[in-house]
Amino acid sequence: MHAVNGISFDLKKGELLGVVGESGSGKSVTMMSLLKLLPMPPAEIVSGTAKFDDQDLIQLDTNQLRKIRGGKIGFIFQDPMTSLNPVLTIGYQLAEPMREHLDLSRKQARKRSAELLELVGIPMADSRLNDYPHQFSGGMRQRVMIAIALACDPKVLIADEPTTALDVTIQAQILDIVKRLRKELGMAIIWITHDLGVVAGMADRVAVMYGGFIVEEAPVNELYANPKHPYTQGLLKTLPNLEGDRAERLESIIGQPPDLHQKPQACPFAPRCSNTFAHCLQENPSLINRGKNHKVACWWNPDSGEKV
Amino acid sequence: MSSEARPVLLKVEGLTKHFPITKGVFRRQVGAVKAVDGISFDIFKGETLGLVGESGCGKSTAGRVILQLYPATGGNVIYQGRDLTSLSKEELRKQRPHMQMIFQDPQDSLNPRMTVGSIISEPLVEHGKFKGRERRERVEQLLESVGMNREYTNRYPHEFSGGQRQRIGIARALALSPEFIICDEPIAALDVSIQAQVVNLLEDIQEEYGLTYLFISHDLGMIRHIADRVAVMYLGRIVELADSESLYSTPQHPYTQALLSAVPIHDPKLEKTRKRVILTGDVPSPANPPSGCHFNTRCPRAEKRCFNDSPEWRYIGPGHNVACHLV
Repeated sequence: MHAVNGISFDLKKGELLGVVGESGSGKSVTMMSLLKLLPMPPAEIVSGTAKFDDQDLIQLDTNQLRKIRGGKIGFIFQDPMTSLNPVLTIGYQLAEPMREHLDLSRKQARKRSAELLELVGIPMADSRLNDYPHQFSGGMRQRVMIAIALACDPKVLIADEPTTALDVTIQAQILDIVKRLRKELGMAIIWITHDLGVVAGMADRVAVMYGGFIVEEAPVNELYANPKHPYTQGLLKTLPNLEGDRAERLESIIGQPPDLHQKPQACPFAPRCSNTFAHCLQENPSLINRGKNHKVACWWNPDSGEKV
Repeated sequence: MSSEARPVLLKVEGLTKHFPITKGVFRRQVGAVKAVDGISFDIFKGETLGLVGESGCGKSTAGRVILQLYPATGGNVIYQGRDLTSLSKEELRKQRPHMQMIFQDPQDSLNPRMTVGSIISEPLVEHGKFKGRERRERVEQLLESVGMNREYTNRYPHEFSGGQRQRIGIARALALSPEFIICDEPIAALDVSIQAQVVNLLEDIQEEYGLTYLFISHDLGMIRHIADRVAVMYLGRIVELADSESLYSTPQHPYTQALLSAVPIHDPKLEKTRKRVILTGDVPSPANPPSGCHFNTRCPRAEKRCFNDSPEWRYIGPGHNVACHLV
C-alpha cells in the first residue's frame, strides 16, 4: 500500500488548515504518521520529516513522542465511542493526560476537568465527571473528546473527521464550540474531513488530497472561488446546491478512486480526468505555484490552457 | 405540473410502528419505542418524495413499514386502492414485485456467497419470471441498464467497489419491473465523487421506466436535487411537507429552519455571513417522547401550549402542510 506519497505542508501558529479528501485519499494516515500513531509494523514511514517547533517528530523515540502526544499536540478522532474507554469514567479519562503531562495532583486535575467540560458546554460538569461514556449521547461524547484534547493546552489540535458521525444539528453545535475555543485559546488546528461545506466555514487554508498526494492547496476563499485542479473542480461541481438554482443533472466524476496497492507512476487522477493527455500518464506532476499562495499539482494550466 | 391533479400511487394514513420494550423473565412489556408515531402522506405517481430527518427520527422504519417488512402497529398503507396492512402473506407476496427497495449499505445487502448473476436473478426465480436463456438475457440487460458490463454475472460482490455494488443493488430492485421503489439512504455509504454517479443513474432509470420513488436521506442537499416534494421527520412524526422549492426557500417549521441552517454550504463567503439557528440539546428518546409537540425540548420558540397539545397537521398553502402551533 502506498497510502501517503511525498506530502509537504506547513501550519502557521493559530491557523486552521482544512485537509479534504475522499476515503482512501490518505488524509488520516498523513496525520497519524506525524505522531507515529499507526501500528508499526505493518505500517512504515519510508522517508520524510515533520518539524514541530524545530523538533523532527519522525526522529523522536517513543518516550519523547509521548510527551508531545496529548500534550503539545492534541487529537480528536472521528468516532468518540471507540476512542473513549468504556470502563473508565469521563473524569478519569480527562484527568489522565493532565496528570501525565502537567504533573497535576488528583484534586487539581479534577478541578480543571470540570472547567474543561464547562468550556465545551456540558451542563452540570462536576457531577458528570463520574459518568461513563455510554451515559453520554454522541454529540456529548464528541465534546468530551474535545475537552480531553484541550486538556494540556495544546499548540496544535488535529481533528480527524470529528463531526462525520454526528447529525447536522449536533454538528452545528460542535463547529460552533470549536470556532469559539479557537478564538479564546488560539491554537492551530488541522481539520481533516471529506465535507467541503464544513471546511468552507471553518478553514483559513485548504489542502485537497487525492490518492495519497496533495493535489491542490490554497487559502479558503481562493480555493472555492477559483479551483485549479480538475479533481477539485469536479468535486465542487458534483455537490448539489442548498440555495439558488437547482441543477437539472449533477455533474459527476467518472470512474473510481485509485488503487493504492500500486506505486503511482503517473498522475493519480489521470484515469478520471477530462483533460488527460499523454504526459499525464507518464509522469506525476509535483505541487507548483500557480498564483499567490495557490499550489496545484497538474500538468494542465487552467488559466492559459497550456499543457506542461 | 400541479401535484393535485396527479393520481395517487400510495397513500399512508396514520401509520404507526411501536417496538415493545420488555423486561423480566416473562418478557412483560414495560414500554414502547415509538419509532413511527402516526404519519400520513400521499405519494403521486411518477414523483420523488424525499423523506429527511436525523438519525433515529424513524425515517428508515417508516420506509420498511410501508413495504410491510415490519408489520404496522396502526394505520393503513393503501397502494393503488389496496390496503397492504390487511393483506395475507400470500397476497402480499404477489404484491411485492410492484414495490422494491434499495438499501443503504451495498456491503451488507448483497450476499457475499452469491454471484452477481444469482443475486439479480433471485427475485425472478422467486416470482417465476423468465426461464433459462431468457432469464440470463434479462440479468445481463439489467446489468447493462445500471451501467455495468454484462460479463460480470459470474463475479462476486467483493470484487466490486461501493458504487458498483450499489448499482448491483439497483439492478436487483429493477429485476421485476416495479412501479415504486423506496431508496433508503442509497448514497450515504458512498464517496462524494461516486454519489453523483448513483443519483444520476437513479434519475435516468426513473425517467426510463416511469418509476415513483420514496427517497429517504439525511442529506438535505441531495434531497433538494432529487425530490419533487419533501417531508421532514422529527422523532417519529412528520413536521412539515411541501414541494421542494418552497420547503427550501420558505421553511415554516422551526425544526426545518434549524435543520436547513445547520447544513454547511460549500461556499466560504456565504458561510461567513450566514445566520445559524443552533439548537440546544439532543433529540429525546423515542421511548419517552415529550408530551405535546415532540420538538418542544429544543424549539427556540416553544410556548406553553406546545408542551400541552400536539400540534395539528395543518394546511398552510398549496401542497404545504405543517405541524406547529406557531405557524
